[in-house]
Amino acid sequence: MLRTVRHIITKEFKQIFRNKTMVGLIFGMPVIQLLIFSYTANFEVKEINIFIENRDNSPTSVEFIHKIEASKFFTLTNVATYKDGLKLMEHNDIDVILSIPQNFGKNINLGKPTNIAVVTDAINGVKAGIIQNYLQNVVLRFSKEKITSKVKLRKMPGIEINSHNWYNPTLDYKVFMVPGILVMLITMTSLFLSAMNIVREKEIGTIEQLNVTPIRKWEFILGKLMPFVLLGIAEFTLGLLIAFFWFRTPIEGSIVMLYLFTIVYLVLVLGIGTFISTITETQQQAMFIAWFFSVIFILMSGLFTPIESMPVWAQRIADFNPIKYYIDVIRLVMLKGSTFVNVSKQFTIIVIYAIVLNVLAILNYRKTSG
Amino acid sequence: MSRVIEVENLTRTFGHFKAVDNISFTVEKGEIFGFLGANGAGKTTAIKMLTGILEPTSGRGKVAGFDIITERNKLKFKIGYMSQKFSLYEDLTLKENIGFYGGIYGLRKREIAERTKKMIVRLQLGNIENTLISEIPLGWKQKIAFSVATLHHPDIVFLDEPTSGVDPITRRQFWNLIYQAADKGITVFVTTHYMDEAEYCDRISMMVRGKIAAMGTLDELLLKHTAKDMDEVFLKLARD
Repeated sequence: MLRTVRHIITKEFKQIFRNKTMVGLIFGMPVIQLLIFSYTANFEVKEINIFIENRDNSPTSVEFIHKIEASKFFTLTNVATYKDGLKLMEHNDIDVILSIPQNFGKNINLGKPTNIAVVTDAINGVKAGIIQNYLQNVVLRFSKEKITSKVKLRKMPGIEINSHNWYNPTLDYKVFMVPGILVMLITMTSLFLSAMNIVREKEIGTIEQLNVTPIRKWEFILGKLMPFVLLGIAEFTLGLLIAFFWFRTPIEGSIVMLYLFTIVYLVLVLGIGTFISTITETQQQAMFIAWFFSVIFILMSGLFTPIESMPVWAQRIADFNPIKYYIDVIRLVMLKGSTFVNVSKQFTIIVIYAIVLNVLAILNYRKTSG
Repeated sequence: MSRVIEVENLTRTFGHFKAVDNISFTVEKGEIFGFLGANGAGKTTAIKMLTGILEPTSGRGKVAGFDIITERNKLKFKIGYMSQKFSLYEDLTLKENIGFYGGIYGLRKREIAERTKKMIVRLQLGNIENTLISEIPLGWKQKIAFSVATLHHPDIVFLDEPTSGVDPITRRQFWNLIYQAADKGITVFVTTHYMDEAEYCDRISMMVRGKIAAMGTLDELLLKHTAKDMDEVFLKLARD
């Protein structure tokens, strides 16, 4: 029984490693992608081009403009009229227009409330939000300075937020993104390889020969799965080394647990791939279906956009997304040092998923056509 | 003599199309049984049902003593099969292919090595154990595929159009291999659309549009249909 499985595994490995281009792709592509994506999947917005219309021209307003200029995020493009600003925005030369009203300085010095107008190019909503956030910070700091200097050392009652960013103290997006991207790459490689595998035997005709042999379905599926589990582990290790040594991503939790989850997760993903392979007739079909699922899985995984900000129906769909749980676990274990108890819910879900999908794949692989 | 294939009223339909229409026949142990017919006559469909990879619509059959519907897995240990499509892995060497197929039939390493050696001598292939199948010429490949299909010493070997697309000399050599297998007691069930190959068979069945139109030895068929060769028999039967 297991000898049959061993023979299939040996054969698969020989075929995989005989194809030098494939080996290069399997290991080279994810490494390059990890290196590139980790630098580019960046939520920081820098070098914001700001246009300021100053209708006040008081020392206070000039001081305010200096404050904005001093921030490392903003580049002052021009100080002219609002109309000029709009024209520049139409040409995509600036990201935001700030308008300082008349009597800005006077009102502030009198302790009266005053307004400033902010117009943001919101084609990219995420970016616009971040820009407004940055500006708000500058404004808050400025007004606080002014108020305290007016009130003259009298302590202001009020609550001040003193925030600490735990588990990613420097708010380095790379620390957050690298584990997620690693997950994404392992998922895609495993899914595509397994989806194309059995269907390839259908295309070249060897499946018929195999169906006439006494191989049992589970032996066949297991033999097909194992090589890719091992490849996946090798790839995960490579990615982990890059994350740790190159990106300095911390590994706070247990490495054994990372691997335990990875193995179960790989079996799950390979189950999906194998299932696709059993329902398709050509590698092209398999490719398209695998592509369809990986795009949905990745976009709804919380990797790039938080699941919490999706509409409720989308969140329910995301509940069925296996990547979501695995990304959760990898981030929690690597960055937060979570223990098994903390992630046991995700573990249970992944295990159940893995079993269901592989059983489906075995049942759906037909040695006899009806 | 014992019967190794017994088929009763075997039928297979695809939609409204009856690919195999109520066929019954038996094959004796050690026979070379020729399954003749035009392209699309239902030969491959019949062979797929006999080898347990296609579900019959109705009818029953026993191959090597096992039911083709309920005892497929036991049956599969006893048969060899060479499909119309070439079925060795092009990206593996001869030795690796043999190692794989031998292995899944449960042969031990030593047995595989022995049989590989014998096979290479028998086929006069020289030093090609470590050559990739993709680099071996087609005529040789067919012979190798046949030898791999009989590597586990099956009771019966099913050959689906094994000689289509190969040159006459290789066809001749191929039939010599079939005789060698038959001499060892392996029953050979071979489909072909080359009518002249009928003379190599002990018994022939002629399929026309899913039905067995005639069955017997070559001489019996020629006599019955007053024909000088199988081509003529075929034309007469196909016209009816």
